[in-house]
Amino acid sequence: MMEVIGLNADVTIQQSLFYILTTLLPIMVIAATPLVLASTGELIVEKSGVLNLGVEGMMVMGAVIGFITAVETGTPVAGFILAAVAGGLLALIFGFLTQVLLSNQVATGLALTLFGLGLAALMGQTYTGIRPPQTARIDIPFVSDAPVLGQMLFSYDWIVYFALALVGAVWWFLNRTRAGLVLRAVGENHDAAHALGYRVIAIRLAAIAFGGACAGMGGAYLSLVRVPQWSEGMTAGIGWIALAIVVFASWKPGRVIIGAWLFGGVTILQLNIQAANLNVLGIAAIVLAVVTIGMIALNLRSMTAKNWIRVAFLGALALLSWAMALTWPAFRLDSAYLSMTPYLMTIVVLVAISGDRTRAALNAPASLGRVFHASS
Amino acid sequence: MIRLEPRLTPSRAMVWGTPALAVLATMIAGGILFAMLGKNPMEAIWTIFVDPILDPYSRDELFVKAAPLVLIAIGLSYGFRAGVWNIGAEGQFIVGAIAGSAVGLAFYGTEAIWLLPLMALAGMVAGTLWAMIPAFLKVRFNANEILVSLMLVYVADQLLRAMVAGPLRNPAGFNFPESRLFHDSAVLPLLQGFPGLTEYTRVHVGVLIALLLVPLAWLLLRKHLLGFNIQVMGSAPRAARFSGVKPAMIIYVCLGLSGAMAGLAGLFEVAGPAGQLVPALPQGYGFTAIIVAFLGRLNPLGILAAGLVMALTYIGGENAQLDLGLPRAAISVFQGMLLFFLLGLDILVRYRVRFGKRGAAQ
Amino acid sequence: MNTLLDISGLRKAYPGVVANDDVAFDIAPGEVHALLGENGAGKSTLVKMIYGLVQPDEGQMHLHGRPYAPTSPKDARAAGVSMVFQHFSLFEALSVRENIALGLDEAIAPRVLADRIRSVSKDYGLPLDPDRLIGDLSVGERQRVEIVRCLLQDPRLLIMDEPTSVLTPQEVNILFDTLRLLSKRGVAILYISHKLDEIRVLCDRATILRGGKVVATCIPRDETPRSLAEMMIGSTLADPPLRRAVPGRTLLKLTGLSLPTHDPFGVSLQGIDLTLHAGEVTGIAGVAGNGQDELVEVLSGEQLVEPGMIRLDNTPVGGLSPNRRRSLGLLTAPEERLGHAAAPDMSLTDNTMLTGRVRQRLSTQGFLKWNVASNFARAVIKQFDVRTPGVDTPARALSGGNLQKFVIGREVMQKPRVLVVNQPTWGVDAAAAASIRQSLRDLAAAGASVLVISQDLDELMEMSDQFAVIAGGKLSPTRPAGSISIEEIGRMMGGGDAA
Repeated sequence: MMEVIGLNADVTIQQSLFYILTTLLPIMVIAATPLVLASTGELIVEKSGVLNLGVEGMMVMGAVIGFITAVETGTPVAGFILAAVAGGLLALIFGFLTQVLLSNQVATGLALTLFGLGLAALMGQTYTGIRPPQTARIDIPFVSDAPVLGQMLFSYDWIVYFALALVGAVWWFLNRTRAGLVLRAVGENHDAAHALGYRVIAIRLAAIAFGGACAGMGGAYLSLVRVPQWSEGMTAGIGWIALAIVVFASWKPGRVIIGAWLFGGVTILQLNIQAANLNVLGIAAIVLAVVTIGMIALNLRSMTAKNWIRVAFLGALALLSWAMALTWPAFRLDSAYLSMTPYLMTIVVLVAISGDRTRAALNAPASLGRVFHASS
Repeated sequence: MIRLEPRLTPSRAMVWGTPALAVLATMIAGGILFAMLGKNPMEAIWTIFVDPILDPYSRDELFVKAAPLVLIAIGLSYGFRAGVWNIGAEGQFIVGAIAGSAVGLAFYGTEAIWLLPLMALAGMVAGTLWAMIPAFLKVRFNANEILVSLMLVYVADQLLRAMVAGPLRNPAGFNFPESRLFHDSAVLPLLQGFPGLTEYTRVHVGVLIALLLVPLAWLLLRKHLLGFNIQVMGSAPRAARFSGVKPAMIIYVCLGLSGAMAGLAGLFEVAGPAGQLVPALPQGYGFTAIIVAFLGRLNPLGILAAGLVMALTYIGGENAQLDLGLPRAAISVFQGMLLFFLLGLDILVRYRVRFGKRGAAQ
Repeated sequence: MNTLLDISGLRKAYPGVVANDDVAFDIAPGEVHALLGENGAGKSTLVKMIYGLVQPDEGQMHLHGRPYAPTSPKDARAAGVSMVFQHFSLFEALSVRENIALGLDEAIAPRVLADRIRSVSKDYGLPLDPDRLIGDLSVGERQRVEIVRCLLQDPRLLIMDEPTSVLTPQEVNILFDTLRLLSKRGVAILYISHKLDEIRVLCDRATILRGGKVVATCIPRDETPRSLAEMMIGSTLADPPLRRAVPGRTLLKLTGLSLPTHDPFGVSLQGIDLTLHAGEVTGIAGVAGNGQDELVEVLSGEQLVEPGMIRLDNTPVGGLSPNRRRSLGLLTAPEERLGHAAAPDMSLTDNTMLTGRVRQRLSTQGFLKWNVASNFARAVIKQFDVRTPGVDTPARALSGGNLQKFVIGREVMQKPRVLVVNQPTWGVDAAAAASIRQSLRDLAAAGASVLVISQDLDELMEMSDQFAVIAGGKLSPTRPAGSISIEEIGRMMGGGDAA
């Protein structure tokens, strides 16, 4: 899977830092890329006022189609393109049902996920356990070979850069173009947009198809680069996390990258801790201590009694964890608990972002999830 | 030109006609799919939909499969009516099974009549508490219950792995990740000798309880204030608040109720057909139940029928897998299509489809 | 006389109703032409056809003498026809500039557009800041955005749909100045209204619609309000009987009622004091969006406040749930019929259960007595002359007037001690409005206290015994009806001096 430096290995601090910057960081970026793609697509969909919960289904379809195409043709590029097409087509089923037949968006999104997971499993049956052709890395002479920095920044395949460029393009589209303004208007108030003569359903269908294509590419990245192989249900909830990232990003493209990297980081760290056999209690103690000091530093001027109680509680927890870590140096948590962390973190992030109702209400598209039917 | 014209009153015929139409459409589309996979479509459809009904052993299995689906779907249907989207029933199912098993294993060897009820209680409480997490986070922090409840499925799945590898592992099981086999007092009695069932039936008491809960659920929905409030909440949230319904209460009740039902279903599964806690216990009932709930029109009686139809696709699908070599995943596709057709045809209930030149609807 | 727009033989039918039948009239350049008619007379359908939102089944339109058949608002705008809607087509979370850009058919660079907005709004005396969010603007300012949007396209015909229903009297005067200026510059205006005084002041000619047909064309200055009204309604009007209420004892008392809002575009209630007496109708006037909805939610119990802020018969009720308040006799009928006062997709029996359960004892031990509920629904339908096929019909299938009669009737027949109604006759035909007002007056005469919140000043003047104005979440002191002039009310509605 990946080379890992365990605690017991005899390494210097330079070696560790080098390992983190040149090996761990690139893996995090790679882990985040499917999320960047899928979330950016879903962001456009939601900005147009549609909630498509079928991201997981579209991703897994992209994963299987991309994989099959790449294996059969030997060219990963063809895989990514067909994965995008497949994701877009699947999304259009959702679009047809919700926009033309006015079905409930939540239920239809769920149906899309169930259907996609089944269809992908069916199509990919004979492709498990194969390695796909490798996706080309972009090699810039000298720069990519530069020590540390070169490997940190310029050692990726073209999809990583494409995903980042896509985020930039989406930002530009939404904030600087008339078409983007129209899309936001449709998501804000579809009745008014219709009254002004904009074709709400056509615009939404286009957004839905774009979202599907992005999710499909994200899925293909999973099966062609990140893992890389095909297995049934390999998305393992990443599509749902992509939905959470859109909320985390408050529907702003730039923040999608931050959210995706955060989740990519947690996923990789968690795997690293599992593999390295690190003492989880020690890590918990350090994290708690940092949070405690951060709270004091940020609220130094206005420390209320309530805040002091919180700080004291966190500090005590940190001390306790540290004491336990010292008592049982070989303590090791079942890897299953560590595997929970990306999902638990999604929940924590959702809670933190949604808590501020006023802000959430200002940023969320006002027509999100509402059924539109033009009557007279 | 085809256009849609809103009906002033929903069509009653279509309310129950569309699920039947959807099943029919799925059979046709499924037949095409099976033909593409190189199977004889008629034979496949026959194997899935008719054979299980004709064969007495499969008929029994139908009830065993339908029971958890019906239980979970009834619980979910309340929430779906109120616009509270619990899609993490699978997670509540798992923690229900874990908690029930823990109780059963804690009293390992104890022969007592109170053990099973205690296990059922533990399963329901665990399922309820698990569902209370998204409910609380929704009420207190406005966090989306769809995403939270779904994330908790993955957490519950890992929890199950940790449990069978750790505290609940069979001490004499060579470190294999599964629990002991439950002793007799912790296993649901079978309904052997029940009229209409075979000698080797696997139909257990849980099936009977699921069946008894159907009319109770219907009563709650149609005749009780709580059911009425849930319906108003889903139909017109602002009118519900005006009439005195507390949204937070509805969220807690709906999620709690569906969590309890899913937890109970989990316990029935582990103390029934499984007989021990294994990592492969969750088979996606929590997700399939979503289809069942919609297919049954969120009505307990409809859900009973829908649960049987869906169980049919499971049993028939297994048979088709064995007899015709139909891939297991084809059945998931089949079930997904069913939900698509159902949601698409739903429009016939509230709209009239007109052919002809453009007019009223623009 | 040269004509700008000429319409003849226009017909439009919807399933079960003919909205327009053989409609013909014409408009000259620079003319202010009124389109007058009751709700449901077919005015909206007619202008939607002119603006290209709906296509006619039969008939022709000519613009500048050439055939004119717009298939979309874009066509209409390209031909020089613009429209300001009664319910604005605005996007709250977008800026003024973005909103205007959306309404223009050509793309203009943001900076150029902002400059043009400033210059046009200055030219017509309609000050606007292009960078502000719509959500932060008052209703009057929002209308300005719509008008400026139209003016930027240099229209030849401007359609205005009930433009003054949301304005204070002062804002109405500003609007009229703008319209006269436009007319002087040769822009024709099609002015839709049912406010007779306005039409007599502003319009050169009037076309009167009834039941989808043109029943008369006249010069409004030569008519009296009464003759116009009779043409519109098609029968002679009877004056409402005058009555004098002797205020009884205090039933409901609001003291320092305050409620901060969490909605970024909502209104906070601030220090409201109000005393309601038995046997009395109290009117609260105000421009939409000044705290009326919030006040009704606080009184109904949907929003809780400190108990002592609301006292019913000296009992603090501010912290009680809607149903506890109902059992004590405080009932409400909110403005929004579909979705707030009634659940649109549920039957009339269900909707009776919605608010009647406590006072009419429609449940025991949580189990619902559906037959008693449908009997009560039937009684409401009979007493209030609600036209419906039966009690199983969903609320949305009823016409606006019939549903409003049902909603008001449902509360009145529960014999409230205090009844709060918001916009009781909004969007309701004249006959239904009259019967609703009568039932509210009867309720007060029987000893209850009625609080009517409305944007219709005429209605409030006609019904109220005492009178107050709400502006920016603050309520003025009450004044006896008849002791206050329209100008004074207008100033108070603008928030000038609430004291």
